[in-house]
Amino acid sequence: MLNYTIRRLLFAVPTLLVISFIIFAILDLAPSDPTGNLPLTIPAEVRAQIREALGLGQPFPIRYMKWLQQFFINEPLNMMEQWWGIQIGDSANRLRVTSWATRSPVVDLIVERMPQTLWVVGMSYVLGILIALPIGVISAYKQYSIFDQIGTFISMIGFSVPTFFTGIVLIVIFSVQLGWLPSIYDTTLQVTDWPSFWKQVKQMMMPVFVLALFNAAQIARFMRSSMLDNLNQDYVRTARAKGLREQTVVLTHVLRNSLIPVVTVIALGIPQVFGGAIITEQIFRVNGLGQLLIIGIEGADIPLVQTLTFIFAVLIVLFNLVADLLYGILDPRIRYD
Amino acid sequence: MGIAALVPVWTVKNLKTVLHTQDGVVHAVNGISFELSEGELLAVVGESGSGKSVTMMSLLQLLPTPPAEIISGSVYFEGKNLLELSTADIRHFRGAKIGFIFQDPMTSLNPVFSVGFQIMEPLREHLGMSKKQARQRAVELLELVGIPSAGDRLNDFPHQFSGGMRQRVVIAIALSCDPKVLIADEPTTALDVTVQAQILELVRDLRQKLGMTIIWITHDLGVAAGIADRVMVMYGGFAVEHADVKEIFKNPRHPYTSALLETLPGHESEGAERLRSIDGQPPDLVIKPVSCPFAPRCAYAQDICRRENPKLTSIENSDADIHEIACWVDIESGSLRK
Repeated sequence: MLNYTIRRLLFAVPTLLVISFIIFAILDLAPSDPTGNLPLTIPAEVRAQIREALGLGQPFPIRYMKWLQQFFINEPLNMMEQWWGIQIGDSANRLRVTSWATRSPVVDLIVERMPQTLWVVGMSYVLGILIALPIGVISAYKQYSIFDQIGTFISMIGFSVPTFFTGIVLIVIFSVQLGWLPSIYDTTLQVTDWPSFWKQVKQMMMPVFVLALFNAAQIARFMRSSMLDNLNQDYVRTARAKGLREQTVVLTHVLRNSLIPVVTVIALGIPQVFGGAIITEQIFRVNGLGQLLIIGIEGADIPLVQTLTFIFAVLIVLFNLVADLLYGILDPRIRYD
Repeated sequence: MGIAALVPVWTVKNLKTVLHTQDGVVHAVNGISFELSEGELLAVVGESGSGKSVTMMSLLQLLPTPPAEIISGSVYFEGKNLLELSTADIRHFRGAKIGFIFQDPMTSLNPVFSVGFQIMEPLREHLGMSKKQARQRAVELLELVGIPSAGDRLNDFPHQFSGGMRQRVVIAIALSCDPKVLIADEPTTALDVTVQAQILELVRDLRQKLGMTIIWITHDLGVAAGIADRVMVMYGGFAVEHADVKEIFKNPRHPYTSALLETLPGHESEGAERLRSIDGQPPDLVIKPVSCPFAPRCAYAQDICRRENPKLTSIENSDADIHEIACWVDIESGSLRK
């Protein structure tokens, strides 16, 4: 297993390099202009100078190599310095990946936004899984029962109605009509005591619910079909013929087998958590990673978009590996050696 | 043999099971009755779809309901009607007093649990053994069914065993709680011939050691002849002939049994001999059986066979302890039976 992991990680390096190049090339091809958002009174020569100052005058390969150097060498060095409080080389003049719009290092922006995304989107993912697994198990065990029908109906709604619709409906009902929940997520809120904790819960409620509904719908369907695949297997009949409790048969024998593909799907979905739910974050004004990406795209902030997209790519490659390893752990028939 | 004179440990009366499918109601088992005495081995023989497996699964309520429904009958074992027990109660019979061996050892073990775990489960469930005791017993069981270096193999997973070895594991599970009755549903069908012979040898051996009562389902007449005390032949969900093993092979009285025996290729025949078959198709079980199911294929069929269903009745002037057939015609004379 260790050999396999190392081999896969080594293979990931060229893959990621190619991905970073493609992202860079596509962004470069895009007809965007970092000075586009500036007031129209600024003359063309000044705009040209601004572009020059941002490094856009240099040829494409140089700019790409510079980004590589900044992201893979300068940023890690900077991180080490911050963590251990040491100084490595000429840190004052070391260029970091810098946002064109805000002039602050991109990594710092990401670190600022991460907690909101992890709280809201991560929570919705965890909640979605916790809701989905039992629903999937019961729906499959009692196939075509009322519970299953209702579960299927809600899953269909959760899966097919887009989050920007459910989100706005919730805001109309709970913020506008009833006035129970705030429609804007307040990042400055510090959780210090119970009232502020309750406030935090209240502002998280709607975005988490909207995303959890979507996630739960997807995973519940998956869990259900996986359970159904296994419930008719011969080993289930054997387990019953051994005189085991129905509970043991379903929750030990069947569930253990059914979880294998579901866990894989869950692991593959984790990068999306970090990616943030772009639309949902916009609707509820959660200033997380998804919103950061949108702002970057709107402002033609190439370094920001490039870095964020690349980090998502790294996460996807990483969690693909995690999913494969989990598969090997959960299913004894799979050996990686 | 005199075995039939003993008290029956197992009495099945008029068992009827239907399966509700999209094509209609399938009459899978149409009134099967039989008794088992202690230590006896009954072979249930029949072609695919004759209702053998459905019968045996019905005995322990192992069929999924729906689609299956047991519409009548009783199964008496230890003074209780197994068909009337609740799911919670019948659990104490399954595995504990009645062991079950299934057809395909490739799929009948759970792939993600070790073999040891799967053998220990019923031991801990029914006999309340501790983990250590159960482990000890699991090793003994694996040794009993002839798995070499049993102790080391407890932690292995089913996919690390060959087909024959897996079937031995399944047998070990079935035997784990010292059941009184063992139901084997075509346990050698999925195995190749040499392994099949080994498993048969093992069962003969175990029977001698443990003295179990066994119901052995098979479609292989050779296997039935080799191990059974009594044979019940099934066709279209009916028991058509039921007799002591020697009697049924020497003196088959039902047209189906006799036709079936004629299809067996002889050992002494010349190589180029064509295989014989019974003309026609097995009955469509969706049609409610009101006539003899074998009548359309039967060489002796008469008007009454297409009108009325014969009951399983004893043959007069038979030397055997038991010899019953469900047929209107006496095939020796070609006339109707009295």
